[in-house]
Amino acid sequence: MLRLVGVAWWLQVKMRSRSAFDGLLSLLWPGFFATTIFMMFRQGDASGPALLSAAVGSSAMGIWSAVSTTSAFALQMERRQGTLELLVLAPQPFALLLVPLTLSMATIGAYSMVATLLWGRIAFGIEISIADPVAFVLAVVVTVFAIGMLGMLIAISSIRYRSAWAVGSALEMPVWLICGFLVAINDLPAWVRPLSAVLAPTWGVAAMRSAATGHSPWANLGWCLLTAASYGVIAVLVSRWMVHSARANATLALS
Amino acid sequence: MNSLRLFFVGGLISYRALFGWLSPWILIPTFLFAPLFQIFLFVYIGRTAGVSDDRFFLIGNAVVNAAVPCLFAMGNTIGGERNAGTLPLLIASPAKRVPLFLGRALPVILNGFLVAVFALVVGALLLRVDLPPATWGGIAVAIAACSISCTGLGLLGAAVALRVRETAVMSNIVLGTLIVFAGVNVPVGAMPGWMQGVAQWLPMTHGIHATHDLAAGRSLGSVSGALLTELLLGAFYATLGLALLRWLEWESRARATLDTA
Repeated sequence: MLRLVGVAWWLQVKMRSRSAFDGLLSLLWPGFFATTIFMMFRQGDASGPALLSAAVGSSAMGIWSAVSTTSAFALQMERRQGTLELLVLAPQPFALLLVPLTLSMATIGAYSMVATLLWGRIAFGIEISIADPVAFVLAVVVTVFAIGMLGMLIAISSIRYRSAWAVGSALEMPVWLICGFLVAINDLPAWVRPLSAVLAPTWGVAAMRSAATGHSPWANLGWCLLTAASYGVIAVLVSRWMVHSARANATLALS
Repeated sequence: MNSLRLFFVGGLISYRALFGWLSPWILIPTFLFAPLFQIFLFVYIGRTAGVSDDRFFLIGNAVVNAAVPCLFAMGNTIGGERNAGTLPLLIASPAKRVPLFLGRALPVILNGFLVAVFALVVGALLLRVDLPPATWGGIAVAIAACSISCTGLGLLGAAVALRVRETAVMSNIVLGTLIVFAGVNVPVGAMPGWMQGVAQWLPMTHGIHATHDLAAGRSLGSVSGALLTELLLGAFYATLGLALLRWLEWESRARATLDTA
């Protein structure tokens, strides 16, 4: 199973790295938002930990950007390429086959994270002093994994919808907002907070921020892994139902 | 008469045929849901960063969302034809190019206008931002000017689409540039000098500035200069787009690269 995920992940990363134009967008799109946000914080005379916190949150935005639209569109692309049937027929759980797919998207997003942190340092002079670098890197890896798992759940849930990319695209900013990438969860309306709590990126970004500012990230990392694992369980159940429905109604290629 | 028919009927048919956005599955998330969340995102970031007020972010982000249909739909004018396999037919047709492409711009302008108005009205209601009724007319004029000028830039994007396959990626990059430079979330006056210089040449900058002034109670006459500049910029980009279309169309024929971009 690990070999399957590892080999397929590497294959997908290579495939997704082929388009220079797409690669440019994955760096530039979150970069535009990060630049605006750095300028806003600079305008508000933010400094020290506040600016570092903004830099960490902005840099993580790219990971979600790389996953939100593409994961929703992933199965539509497989359908267009004629490979969806092969994936469904493969002698492995369908959900498992999608893990490397969306994990590769999140990995590409991690490029933009590094680029955004460098951009903040070079263009805005933000001092990127990470208090616990090992825990920070671990938090990034776990966040990438968790966002990949969330992407997988979105991909599976949208298998029946031809226009799923629009839904995925529309999810980009809500997740940035309610997962506390840049705004403290406590500043959001109370009814939003339970929603934030069930989204793995909330815990991942909190862990990254904790590691960067010298607080313990472990509890947040634990919650991040737990929510990500729950996405896996839900995805397996949803995929079985979706695939069964598609087979029974002969709609796999027609949705 | 033929040109008028091409302008109105051709434009409408093209809009309905090329843009699957009329499906509620795309229209609602793209034009209604996403602009509102962009507003909320920046309002909350603004509160966290301790800058400006909710109204500033509401206006900037609502108006800039007019650019979404203006840029993407115009890019699709060429890209969509290529995907549908009808680009050679379009280029081979004896139709006059100016009414052909400007006609395609008309529904897009209306679309952009409605997206921005929806975002502004619903955003104001949800955030409890007060926009006095006396300002509504002027703000509508400013938004219309922004939609027109952005469609001009979109026409330039349509021309580039004769050479670039990834029109959506290109439009995203242009949209991101507008979000950074056009005074959407950071006042142009607070930007470094070189950014202010760039902003003056972009659609949206003058229109958003005028909308802020109008919402603050200034008269339409007092912002007429900014709105005129906005429209002139739109005309400049549209002219550039039509010229580039002509040149790239000629080059595509000469090099047989119409469908291979």
